Amino acid sequence: MPVLAVQNIHKSYADREVVAGVSFELKRGECFGLLGPNGAGKTTTLRLCLGLTDPDSGTITLVDSPVPEAARDARRRVGVVPQMDNLDPDFTVAENLLVYGRYFGMADRQTRKRIPGLLEFAGLTQRGNSKIQTLSGGMKRRLTLVRALINDPDLIVMDEPTTGLDPQARHVIWDRLKRLLGQGKTILLTTHFMDEAERLCDRLIIMDHGRVVTQGSPRDLIAEHIEPQVVEAYGDGLSGWLDQFAKPLAKRVEITGETAFCYGEGLEPLLKNLQTQTALRYLYRPANLEDVFLKLTGRELRD
Amino acid sequence: MIAAKYFRLPDISQRFIAVWRRNFLVWRKLAIPSMLGNLADPMVYMLGLGFGLGTLLPQVGGMQYMIFLAGGTVCYSTMNSATFESLYSAFSRMHAQKTWDAILNTPQNLDDVVMGEVLWAASKSLLSGAAILAVIWLLGLSKSPLTLFIIPIALLIGLCFASMGMMITALAPNYDFFMYYFSLWITPMTLLCGVFYPVAQLPAGLQSLAQFLPLTHAVDLVRPLLVNKIPANVLGHIAVLLIYGAISYYVAMVLMRRRLLK
Repeated sequence: MPVLAVQNIHKSYADREVVAGVSFELKRGECFGLLGPNGAGKTTTLRLCLGLTDPDSGTITLVDSPVPEAARDARRRVGVVPQMDNLDPDFTVAENLLVYGRYFGMADRQTRKRIPGLLEFAGLTQRGNSKIQTLSGGMKRRLTLVRALINDPDLIVMDEPTTGLDPQARHVIWDRLKRLLGQGKTILLTTHFMDEAERLCDRLIIMDHGRVVTQGSPRDLIAEHIEPQVVEAYGDGLSGWLDQFAKPLAKRVEITGETAFCYGEGLEPLLKNLQTQTALRYLYRPANLEDVFLKLTGRELRD
Repeated sequence: MIAAKYFRLPDISQRFIAVWRRNFLVWRKLAIPSMLGNLADPMVYMLGLGFGLGTLLPQVGGMQYMIFLAGGTVCYSTMNSATFESLYSAFSRMHAQKTWDAILNTPQNLDDVVMGEVLWAASKSLLSGAAILAVIWLLGLSKSPLTLFIIPIALLIGLCFASMGMMITALAPNYDFFMYYFSLWITPMTLLCGVFYPVAQLPAGLQSLAQFLPLTHAVDLVRPLLVNKIPANVLGHIAVLLIYGAISYYVAMVLMRRRLLK
């Protein structure tokens, strides 16, 4: 039985269809990614899955309960890490956890037993009595993560878990998420960071304009949609170089502003040629999920 | 347009207790300064006007002016406690701090959160009413045992005004919006409903208007108790406060659903 099963859900606001027939399933123990540019419908999809708003049509089953009808029962077994920190600024670190446990109907005695383990998991053992305002961004995120674990959930839903964090803090969050997956938890996350999705997600969907554009494992998606290697080049004389060398040597060339992305397999001749082009700067790398994402959702800005 | 599903009756459940306790825990951390702060303003008015005008006025409404004013002060102060809590404080938790969002990700429903907030705001009224009653006793303004009824009445006034406040909070785009509510509703009531002088002093038109305002009925319930009299038409006054409260609570719930469950 899937932890979350979403079938053909639709949601419109006024006459704009924000979610237009989305379906996906989460298997137990996997990390599932929901990717898409701003306004693709990710956050609305999450809200629908949690029963915080009703779909116009379609069915949702969350940890064995129909949503929205039995959303409250479902949320007993789900932990949510929101996009914006909404820790209680009036409370200490430990009080935040204690009070959150009450919302799940947990007795204080029961919650107090869980707090030391959760603080340790968050690396906040010494900070139980600290005020929220004294915590760094990374600490707040970790606390928000363990707050979502207070009820020992089967599924953890995270909306952009590492937005706004520095690299050290991001790596700590990733490490904790991997540990949770190791414990058999299921994770649903949205993110803008393709490296994050590539690192963490077993499977993912890419959404755009309220629809699922593609789904699969990061590796399969890259293999399916993109040539394995990329050379990014920019500098004076780029267009002449492109016509003369890049287009014959690369399989496919995309140009965004001042930069050319040359995709292909066995790009060594192109690289050899670039070494002689002193006016051009270049970067040679394997294709990644970001290339897939940009190919499928386009390179123009989404505001 | 408001979707039909938002019109269902409010859920009543003891789950609200977790929300109420959250607010209580915050209050407890600052209980003493908060109580003194809540008392300072009404006491300054009551003692200032009571001494200042009281010496000029022989009797008002059949009693010493300070006692007359004490009855009004209990009511407008309990009204203000619930109003401030359900406007500014609830709006902060709903809008600025996103505390409600965090709660709604748990098994709590919006109905539970709104109920917890309204009952908390009413609890602040109860505290405020009880504190002023304590001052009334300490100053020897009343020795009537009937004044104990002020405590449940303060809770009723609190429920009525907390529900009305929650309705405004559900509509508010920002904090400035609340000024309209004060200028058009709370301040006129403070002056028209017999807090500082008897309603009978007003022109006939305003007197009739006052009969439709909930604070008038709160004052009519409280003031006689201070001089050891049972208020006339007790059930009528209670009914007015209950009806204002119940309708506002329902409308607040519908508006909150429309705002937050989109």
